[in-house]
Amino acid sequence: MKLIIAIIQPDRLSEVKKELYKADVNLITVSEVLGHGRQMGVTEVYRGVKESGNLLRKVRLEIAVNDDFLQPTINALIKGARTGEVGDGKIFVLDLKECLRIRTGETGGEAIG
Amino acid sequence: MINAGDTAFVVISTGLVMLMTPGLAFFYGGMVRRKNILGVLMQCFTVLCVLSLQWMLFGYSLAFSPGNGFIGSLDWLGLAGVGLEPYAAYAPTIPHQAFMIFQAMFAVITPALIIGAFAERMKFSAFLLFSVLWATFVYDPVAHWVWGTGGWLKNMGVLDFAGGIVVHTSAGIAALVMALVVGKRKGYDNKPVPPHNLPFTVLGASLLWFGWFGFNAGSALAANGLAVSTFVATNAAAAAAGALWALLEWVHNGKPTTFGVVTGSIAGLATITPASGFVTPLSAMAIGLVASAFCFLSVGIIKPRLGYDDSLDAFGVHGVGGILGTLMAGVFATKLINPAGANGLLYGNPKQVLIQAFAVLATTVYTLVVTFAIYKIVDVIIGVRVAEREEVIGLDLTQHREGAYTILE
Repeated sequence: MKLIIAIIQPDRLSEVKKELYKADVNLITVSEVLGHGRQMGVTEVYRGVKESGNLLRKVRLEIAVNDDFLQPTINALIKGARTGEVGDGKIFVLDLKECLRIRTGETGGEAIG
Repeated sequence: MINAGDTAFVVISTGLVMLMTPGLAFFYGGMVRRKNILGVLMQCFTVLCVLSLQWMLFGYSLAFSPGNGFIGSLDWLGLAGVGLEPYAAYAPTIPHQAFMIFQAMFAVITPALIIGAFAERMKFSAFLLFSVLWATFVYDPVAHWVWGTGGWLKNMGVLDFAGGIVVHTSAGIAALVMALVVGKRKGYDNKPVPPHNLPFTVLGASLLWFGWFGFNAGSALAANGLAVSTFVATNAAAAAAGALWALLEWVHNGKPTTFGVVTGSIAGLATITPASGFVTPLSAMAIGLVASAFCFLSVGIIKPRLGYDDSLDAFGVHGVGGILGTLMAGVFATKLINPAGANGLLYGNPKQVLIQAFAVLATTVYTLVVTFAIYKIVDVIIGVRVAEREEVIGLDLTQHREGAYTILE
């Protein structure tokens, strides 16, 4: 079992979701985050005072998958999120020790799907 | 002879109409995505500043000084000769400057209405140039045609009490042109983009309804029975249109929505505007119902099939409402309400409908051509659309270097 965390541009979310559904990955958690990678943030000015290097809005997806779903999920994420511009985001893959479905008490691969 | 009551009423009405532009800003601002709300508020507020100046320097002269049938003269540049004595041809009982500043607020809100068509994707600099040119070459002449001394549509006997042609038809058609030529927002696929703050939209609609009493009733230019009749008609149409929109949604989509009821009310207000000073309260109610049904069709059913991106339905609500209301003024108008007006179709004068239709047609053709020309000029000089990356990040950060909301402190 793996936990995939992806940081993407907010406007790619609908495209990424479309690709994930195509790959039969339907269970995702999405949150809004602020981030700053290699891409420069935008300088903001409030009443004449500059504030530079601010963080930009990003979207974080968390997806827990069984091992055979790992590659299709990553492919879908890349297909949906890639524009070729700086700031397209990153994908992190973590080993997932356990997963438990609260309603039934199922664990492991059963609980993920 | 200056009348204290009339003057007080028109001055207060001017304040009410002024409030409509920030009201419109919130009405529109709630509908855009979070990254673009300041862009919308800023465009509306800046129009209030810049066009107030344009109006005093030369706009008022172009629109209202006696010139030829097409446009006013330059005699009133910088308000020369526009003093505190009444100018009887427009309003015999209030200072001329009261009429001028009342009309200034109309000149401000009209270009602001167009913002809804190109929201979320137009450069601020291009927007400024566009608005000043549009006010000068479209609004000022059309206001002269319909309301100015010697205006050719006025001489033809067209009825436009408070701006169905001058404000809503012109802005609506310009909105349609801009939505078509500026192009869709990135990623728009003929489905509405969820509004980021509907309470703002409801707040804005409420301010608009409130301000509209000044817009319509104030257009009587006197604190008299006609002003009250206009006030009642305005309220009747807004109420009927809002209620019917909610009902249509209930039947068509299963639930009535806040977004729907406020959109309906605004459609009713836009539609009653040209007719408001000529019709009975029950006619106003009927006009509100027709407005709601038509705009419901245009926004909910026709627009998604045509595939253009009028982001906030500036054409679908204001344009369609303005045209419809101008035509219906020709149907429902009666001299029993306003002896200075005319009778419409239902009161034995079918010719009035033709005059109304002709005025709409003339305004539409002129606005189409000139708006497109202005768009071309601005696009060549500045470029109308923001860069794709700027559109993704949002107008707030890229056009103004501010954010409306913080996620973390």
